[in-house]
Amino acid sequence: MPLSPGPVLVLGATSAIARSVALALAAKGCSLVLAGRDEPELERIKSDLEIRCGVSVSHLVFDAEDETSHKAFWAQAEVDHGPFKGVVLAFGYLGDQQRAQEDWGEARSVLERNFVSAASILHVVAQSMETRGEGWIVVLSSVAGDRGRMSNYVYGSAKGGLTIFLQGLRSRLQKAGVHVMTVKPGPVDTAMTFGMDRLPLLADPQTVGKAIVAGLAQGKDVLYVPTPWRLIMFVLRSVPEKIFKKTSL
Amino acid sequence: MLPEKQAVKDLAALGGWGRYPLADTRAVRPERARGLTPVGEHCLARGLGRAYGDAALLSGGTLVLTERLNRFLAFDPESGVVRAEAGVTLKDLLEALVPRGWFVPVTPGTKNCTLGGCLAADVHGKNHHREGTFSNHVPEFEIVLADGSRQTARRGDDLFWATAGGMGLTGLASELTLQMTPVETAFMRVRHTRSKDLDRTIELLTDPGHDARYTVAWIDCLAGGRNLGRGIFMAGEHALRSEVSLRVANPLSVPFRRQKPFPMDLPGWALNPTTIKAFNLVYDWAKGRRTEFVCDYDQFFYPLDGIQGWNRMYGKRGFLQYQYVLPTATAREGTRLVLERLSQAKKASFLAVLKRFGPQGEGWLSFPTEGLTLALDIPFSDGLLTFLDELDDIVLSHGGRLYMAKDARMKPAVLRSGYPRLGDFCEFKKSIDPEGRFDSDMARRLGLCH
Ligand SMILES: Cc1cc2nc3c(=O)[nH]c(=O)nc-3n(C[C@H](O)[C@H](O)[C@H](O)COP(=O)(O)OP(=O)(O)OC[C@H]3O[C@@H](n4cnc5c(N)ncnc54)[C@H](O)[C@@H]3O)c2cc1C
Ligand SMILES: NC(=O)c1ccc[n+]([C@@H]2O[C@H](COP(=O)([O-])OP(=O)(O)OC[C@H]3O[C@@H](n4cnc5c(N)ncnc54)[C@H](OP(=O)(O)O)[C@@H]3O)[C@@H](O)[C@H]2O)c1
Repeated sequence: MPLSPGPVLVLGATSAIARSVALALAAKGCSLVLAGRDEPELERIKSDLEIRCGVSVSHLVFDAEDETSHKAFWAQAEVDHGPFKGVVLAFGYLGDQQRAQEDWGEARSVLERNFVSAASILHVVAQSMETRGEGWIVVLSSVAGDRGRMSNYVYGSAKGGLTIFLQGLRSRLQKAGVHVMTVKPGPVDTAMTFGMDRLPLLADPQTVGKAIVAGLAQGKDVLYVPTPWRLIMFVLRSVPEKIFKKTSL
Repeated sequence: MLPEKQAVKDLAALGGWGRYPLADTRAVRPERARGLTPVGEHCLARGLGRAYGDAALLSGGTLVLTERLNRFLAFDPESGVVRAEAGVTLKDLLEALVPRGWFVPVTPGTKNCTLGGCLAADVHGKNHHREGTFSNHVPEFEIVLADGSRQTARRGDDLFWATAGGMGLTGLASELTLQMTPVETAFMRVRHTRSKDLDRTIELLTDPGHDARYTVAWIDCLAGGRNLGRGIFMAGEHALRSEVSLRVANPLSVPFRRQKPFPMDLPGWALNPTTIKAFNLVYDWAKGRRTEFVCDYDQFFYPLDGIQGWNRMYGKRGFLQYQYVLPTATAREGTRLVLERLSQAKKASFLAVLKRFGPQGEGWLSFPTEGLTLALDIPFSDGLLTFLDELDDIVLSHGGRLYMAKDARMKPAVLRSGYPRLGDFCEFKKSIDPEGRFDSDMARRLGLCH
């Protein structure tokens, strides 16, 4: 699938992975609209992309958790900057599994920010792209959503829900000529993971960003980054539950 | 918004580029501009860790890693003035701006270093004799002080001249403005001239007839006797469009080269005088062959950057850099003595680079002063530290000083006698950082403001 230079909306644009995806897209000549909550940071990322790549970049305030605003947000963004050729959804929240077990507020927030909010904005975007009959959507899910593990099942279930939502959405939108790619990164060296020890195959965001844009250009449906995670997760998914439940993964 | 709570990472056995000494520290790594703020009782900015020794180390304290604060903030294509966060690297600048006809005004021998690191060490390049140090091209910068406040420092401010060369001890530089240099191409017109001995090498470096915008001499440290100080003098200019082959479609772009990673730690014995001698011969022959040619800027400025992690070829024990500058009047004599000691002791250096410095800048602890500077890499071995103390005696008795960004071992007295403005620096530091919050292993070792 060749990347057309049309505008791309990046939701959660301050995320380190989003930044590198945006950079890789801008390097291919895409103009960008950055959406997020942290305006001063969005401004910095905007000027950075403009200067490095010579593309035009705008930014918008967007709160993923404010679901009632999503419809109007998208409509306005389309009027001001659209029609969007593509949407990158990168916002997310890892949270703290231990805290989530003790405090429902935390657990709820993890489910909300990774799944419900994502489904909410995708609901709006999908309708619009389906009617238009073109476009692409890239969503950051996670390998954590491939199997529930005791060490992060709250986050994992939210990402797992998102992954399944995307499977259905892909099939639906495929009929309308809209492509949906699910990205499942392993651990990436960002603010989300900084300071955690023993992270296997830690990837740097630059590599992940380039891989995502390359995967998109190839029309991939599901992208594991780095690639070994495809095999690792296949093996992990194959372990019988009777055995798996005894592990402390 | 409030600065978010920052995750802290433990870093065990962290080193500088020479991998000696190593320190156990912690680090934070802000990803947002407001996250750049002093943390804990003692902290220090760290860029890409290209200083060789302990300048960017702080045992038991917290390093503030600036690598993610690397956004370009403004660029004026007319004037070539760029504003960027301190974690932007020279590589970033070159990749973004050379295609638009602007080159970095001063560059060290690696492009993998940050603007903050270049300011803090007030780095010099092959054009120092004409264009001075890095800070000479910085109209202003912003810095976060010990109390967390942000201040703009302009040329003429004490804060400016204490920070340029101040090795991170005044605060965390957050944003810099830099005047870039106009170029017509990404290529260099280079001339190599062989030199048979030290007198000739110095003559080539100082004679206006041989001068160029960028000059440097590479010296064969193993040659003694009549050949002492022999080497190759290299002079470069940014190539004009008319000097680059017409086959090059876009003269402002450099072909992408994949970095070859250095595969492993070499055992320490791999770099004995014989292997270095063999290397020198090959290098010598290869470089001496073509005397005038055009090459791209990577080949001219950053030959070592092509081998990722080349510092590992020195093995687990690491290596030391040694760089001094001697005033013009004593440089010849002092350098002769140093080279004699080196060739006798067979503590061969892989790379020895001789270069002329122009007039001294205004940075209080900025290294370059008018004269000649020699830089050496020496693999770590027993007896090396004593040997270098002897070289220090030569340098001091000839009125010279050592470069902190390369140092891992000098004694406090060596620093004191080389840097007369140390007192002003410490007095000023006390006024802006009374608790000594910004600190480094180097400052502790050298008793710098301690
Ligand atoms: C191959 C090679 C060649 C080199 N050639 C030269 C040369 O030709 N000329 C030359 O002058 N130097 C040279 N150097 C040294 C190098 O340019 C300097 O050490 C430079 O400071 C490295 O930048 P860095 O970002 O890696 O800084 P680091 O090594 O991370 O830090 C160096 C110092 O800068 C301080 N610092 C870093 N960022 C900030 C900030 N944001 N605010 C305040 N302080 C900060 C640190 O505290 C530390 O004191 C060379 C180094 C290598 C590895
Ligand atoms: N890092 C990893 O190891 C890893 C692994 C697998 C998957 N992922 C997924 O990849 C994506 C990007 O992760 P990252 O590592 O780059 O994370 P990051 O740097 O921590 O960024 C998280 C982003 O989510 C945004 N966000 C959170 N809540 C929001 C809200 N209510 N409204 C709008 N934006 C909100 C934040 O924006 P604000 O500026 O508004 O705070 C921030 O930009 C996430 O979905 C993550 O789950 C990451």
